[in-house]
Parts: sequence; C-alpha cells; structure tokens
Amino acid sequence: MIDFLTLLQVLDSSLRLATPLLLVCLAGLFSERAGIFDIGLEGKLLAAAFVSAAFAAITGSVWIGLLAGSLASIMLSLLHGLASITLRGDQIISGVAINFLAAGLTVVVAQDMFGQGGRTPPLKSGGRFEPINFPGATSSKEMNEAGPLMQLYSELLSGHSLLVYTALLTVPLSWFILYKTRYGLRLRAVGENPAAVDTAGISVVGLRYSAVIIGGVLCGIAGAYIATSLQANFTKDMSAGRGFIALAALIFAKWRPWYALSACLLFGFFFAVDTRFQNILLPAWFLSGFLILVALGLISYVWKKDYLDKAVLGGLALGISVIAFMVIFSVWDTGISRQIKIPVVFIQSLPYVLTVVVLAGFVGKAIPPRAGGQPYVKER
Amino acid sequence: MDIMPKWVDIIVVPFISVLIAAVLSALLIIAIGESPIAALNLMIEGTLFRSAGWGYMLYYTTNFIFTGLAVSVAFHAALFNIGGEGQAMIGGLGVALVCLFIPWPHWTLAIIGASIGAAVFGMVWAGLPAYLQAKRGSHIVITTIMFNFIAAGVLNFFLVDVLKPKGSMDPASANFPTTTHLPTFQDMASIFGFEKAFRSAPANVSFFIAILACAAVWYLIWRSPLGYEIRALGKSGPAARYAGVRPVKIIMIAMMISGALCGMMAINTTQGESERLILNFTEGAGFIGIAVALMGRSHPFGVLLAALLFGFLYQGGAELALWTKIPRELIVVIQALVILFTGALSLMVRAPLERFFMSLQKAKA
Repeated sequence: MIDFLTLLQVLDSSLRLATPLLLVCLAGLFSERAGIFDIGLEGKLLAAAFVSAAFAAITGSVWIGLLAGSLASIMLSLLHGLASITLRGDQIISGVAINFLAAGLTVVVAQDMFGQGGRTPPLKSGGRFEPINFPGATSSKEMNEAGPLMQLYSELLSGHSLLVYTALLTVPLSWFILYKTRYGLRLRAVGENPAAVDTAGISVVGLRYSAVIIGGVLCGIAGAYIATSLQANFTKDMSAGRGFIALAALIFAKWRPWYALSACLLFGFFFAVDTRFQNILLPAWFLSGFLILVALGLISYVWKKDYLDKAVLGGLALGISVIAFMVIFSVWDTGISRQIKIPVVFIQSLPYVLTVVVLAGFVGKAIPPRAGGQPYVKER
Repeated sequence: MDIMPKWVDIIVVPFISVLIAAVLSALLIIAIGESPIAALNLMIEGTLFRSAGWGYMLYYTTNFIFTGLAVSVAFHAALFNIGGEGQAMIGGLGVALVCLFIPWPHWTLAIIGASIGAAVFGMVWAGLPAYLQAKRGSHIVITTIMFNFIAAGVLNFFLVDVLKPKGSMDPASANFPTTTHLPTFQDMASIFGFEKAFRSAPANVSFFIAILACAAVWYLIWRSPLGYEIRALGKSGPAARYAGVRPVKIIMIAMMISGALCGMMAINTTQGESERLILNFTEGAGFIGIAVALMGRSHPFGVLLAALLFGFLYQGGAELALWTKIPRELIVVIQALVILFTGALSLMVRAPLERFFMSLQKAKA
C-alpha cells in the first residue's frame, strides 16, 4: 500500500498537471458558452508557450513573457473570430487551421531565432515563475519527519507557482462572471439563442468577440505556465494534446466552471499516476470481473433496441468479454488472484474513453450550448 | 443562386486561395532570410527533375489521396471526419495482422487481403463515432478527435506488448514476409529496362489503388443511388428525411466508407514502405486529408490534384530542410494557410469575386 506522503506527492503533481488543462478548459468554456466552438485551443496554447518562453529568454523577465504569450494567443483568437464570427466561416475548419499554424510557425520561428532545432534556450531564474513557499512550510528534505498535517500543508498547498493559484482562482471568478453578472447572462444567452440577444439590442458580434478574447487570455496564461513554470523552455509540440484533453474535460464538465475544476483535477490525476507509477497492478479477478460487468451492462441495455444498437454495442460487448476471457485464460495456471499489469497506455487513454462515454450519454448526458458552431446571420 | 459561373467557383476560388497562401509563405521565407524564388527552384529541382523525387512525391500523394477522399466522402454527408489519423493507425494494425499471420503466396493476393484488412479495421474505428453521432447525437468532431488519441494508445499497446518480436527494443512489429512486399516504382521501371529510375524511392503499386479509389468514389458520389442519398442528407437533413432517406443509415455508411479509405492508407505506408508496423507511420496524413479535401472541393479529381500539390510540398519541404535554413515545419504552415483560406476564410476570397460578377450581370441587364 502506498503511504500518505506518496499520495500527497501524486496529488501535488496532479494539481500541477491539471493547471494548464484548467486554464485552457475555462478558455474553451467562455468561447463555447458564447456559441463559438474552439478546436484551436491546442494551437493557442502552443503559440503562447513559445512566445512567452522566447520573450522570457530574451528579456529575462517572465512577466514580459507572460504578456507577450497572452498577446500571441489573443491574436490567434482574433483570427478565429474573424473567420468564424465576421466572415461566418466554419468554426471547426478555422480551429484546425489555427492548430497547424501554431504547430508550424512556432518551430519555424524558433529555429530562425535561436537555431536550436525548434527549441528556445533554457530560462534562468528571473525568466521563470518560481514556486511560492507558504510561511512555515517545511523544505522537502525534512518532509519525511514532519507530521501529516504539516506534510499536507507543505507538499500539497504550498510550493506551487503563482499561475497555479491564479488558475484555481479563475474558477470562482468564471463562475461569478457567467452566473452573477449581466455580461455573463448575455454571454450564455448568445450561445443558446443569439437571435433573442440581438432582438434585445445587444451586439452578438461584440459579445462573441469578447468571449474569444477572454479565451485567448486564458490560453496565454496556460501557455506561459507550461513553458516557464512546468518546463524551463519551449520544445517542439510541447502542448502535447493538452488543448484536446481540455476540450474533453470541458465536455466532461458539461460546460460548467466548477465541474471543469473537478474534471481537470481528475484528468491531471490520471497523468500524475501515469508518470509516477510505471506498473499498475490489479488482481486478475477484479479486472476480468469489471470488464464482464461492463459487457453485461451493454448487453442488457441493447436487449430491446433495434438491430444497429445490437450490432454496434453488442459487438463492443463481445470485444470486451473476449479481453476479459483472455485475462482469465492467461492466469489459468497461477490462480485467479494473480496481479495483472495494466499497460500504461490504458491510463493515458482513460480521459478520452471517459469523454466518449459521457458524450454518448450513457452516464449523464452532456448537452452543448444550442447555438454552438453556427455563425449568426442577422438577416436572411 | 448561382451568381458566379461554375468555372470561377471550381478553378478561380481555389487558385486565389492557394495564391494567397503562397504569397504569405514567401513572406515568411523572406523573413527567415532566404529567397522564396531560390526555395521554389530547389523544391522543383529536387522533386520534379529527378525520378527519385517523383517517387517520393507520389508516395506522399498516395497517402493524401486516401485521406483526402475519406474527408470528402464525409463532407458530402455534412460530417467532419477529423479522425483520419486514428482510422489510419488502426488500418495499419489490420494490415500488419493480415500480413504477419496469413501465409500469402504472392503480393498480388497479399495486397487484396491487406486492403480488406485495412478497410475493415478503419471502418470499425470510424463506425463507433458514426454510431454515436447517428443514434446518440454525440458531436462527431469531438468523438473522432478522442478516437485519434485512443487509437494511438491501442497502436502503442499492440506494438509494445503484443507484436514486438522477443528481444527487440524497437516498438515495431516483426518484418513482414517477403511474399507480401509490394513492388516499388523502381521494381516496375526495371521490368521495362529502366533500372536507374525511381531509385530507393518509396512509391509503390498502392498509388494505382489510390487512383482506382478516386474513380470508385466519383462513381459512388455522383452516379450511384447511395451517393445521391449521401449528398441529399449533406445538403439538407430535413429535406432528405422527407424524401425517404434514413439519416442513421446514411451517416453510418458514409463514415464507414470514410474510415475504410483512411485505413487503406496503411497499405502504402505499412505494407509498401516500412514493410512492418511502426509507431507514428501516419505522420499527420489524416489531418492533411482535411486540407486536400477542402482544396479539392470534395471532388475526387480535385482531391487528386490537391494530393499531388501536397505531395510536391512534402517532398520539396524535405529538400528545403536538407539544403537551406528553412525547417520542414514550413510545410505545416503552408498547409495551415491553405486550410484557412480555402476553408474558414473562403468568404474573404469569394465575396469580392461575387460582387464583381454581380456588377457584370447588372451591366449586361
């Protein structure tokens, strides 16, 4: 069994890994609540990471880096706005283009500026967001001797960079803006029924632009965090799909700020577990039993459905039960209680699988803002 | 409704979009401190003036034809298949299983078997998101993105834990038996006595399968009742339903055809080039399919031309990275600009043209 301090360390690392997800997730939340789908979160995150690392490296000031990174991210948001709000283009296509633009431009410019194969030089102390140690927190050397409460305080609560605390504060702030202000009411309305907002004499275009700009700022902070705090420089494709995981978290959170916090912490926890433990062991009976239960659940669900449901979900159930029986078969000689190693890729894939399950609506249906993805045309 | 003549819509609009993308890329090359003209010359020389250059270009083109057609078929049903990458990975798994575990006597049979394996695996991988869209209303863009990541996990698991030969450190399957190896363009040219042509270039017979797929998709979309139903659903869901089209069935079929086409990309990369299953063999081709389909206006002939252009860009980009300071990622930027101007910002190109033709019509009347 793992001890308390190990658990705290995993939670600590979950929090750090969840921070960029949370900021990007909230960026997507503002944008999508205003009716603008944003597949380009990944690109904005990457662009902000590069620009902030580059500016922090050149000027030596992490604050200038943060500012420049946010500006870069806002520029891409405005491009997305131009394409999807003003020119009423396809929001998905625009987002895809932004992702590629960032993936290509960051490396081309980084190579031209620094000539280090698409990386930026490592940041020195002034160019990074340093951990903030709370008063009275023990250093990591004496952590083993400290009491459990002290460990909790010093390991989990203290010692993060400013941006981690900022991200956590952004959650109540977003909730307040969205649910307690006039602006938030209008923003949510424009994502559900833009025509009604327009009839009330409020600018749909203005609201939607403001939403994508807020998204740009949040992606900018997230990018600065991964390049100047989580890591100490920019490397090629360093966003590593976080923009898409944040999108998944957004759906998992059903487009709500507090749910977004828990979804991002959960996904962050998966990543922390994945990096901390190379082997995850489960008893064979537990694993196969769980899989058979899932298969049985699917079969009982499709029992009275039409033949397409039976074919697809029945096929899925069959596949799952085949895996379950292969697990049992592989431990046939050594007994059913033997520990089975779970491949790490399954932990890595868990956020995506969970998102698909939620999207499918078998467990708590996720309903997106109604006007999402459609450009608003004032007059036909 | 038709303000502009058809040829403007089909030729002039994509041409202007690509021109804008080219001008912006040229500006970027100038900013790096290289000459765009010299870069273009280098790309043309390295690609079109050498038979090996053609061999590389057509190898990339084959991939892009498959993924471009796949995205196009989905576009016709108003579905956005962004999961080509994942479907191709699973298709590669299908190719590997077929090539490794069935003793094929000759490559002509092996390629048929591998194509079927790739298509079926790709189809299954596209089928789940299609089912979730058709029956549960889950947004296909999001589900296919998620399935890309899950596919990467599945491929990783199979390569590391199942297919990797004992004692090997490399996350890759064993080499396929020689009877499954496809003839390359070099082999084919040697039959006609040109031993030196296409030397060590990866293009292989699957290029011709890609061309056949173009013809098949053209027939499917514009000449078959099924294609009519796909297009009807894509143009207007309610009208198609009223005319007796069953949306659930058409969404399933369109997406599964799309997935099958993406999966078949793997016969080129996995059976044709690497001759074993490796990680990251898709190299983003599933996403390039989006650019190809947008530029080719979702028409198989347009897709073929766009795939040739992107094949040229990929091979030319490799030449640039070899001889100049311009990194390969420049091609990703060009790709992004093409997607941006042919897709999301198309109104920016179309609106002035429409105004121009409107004034022409008024002048006539």
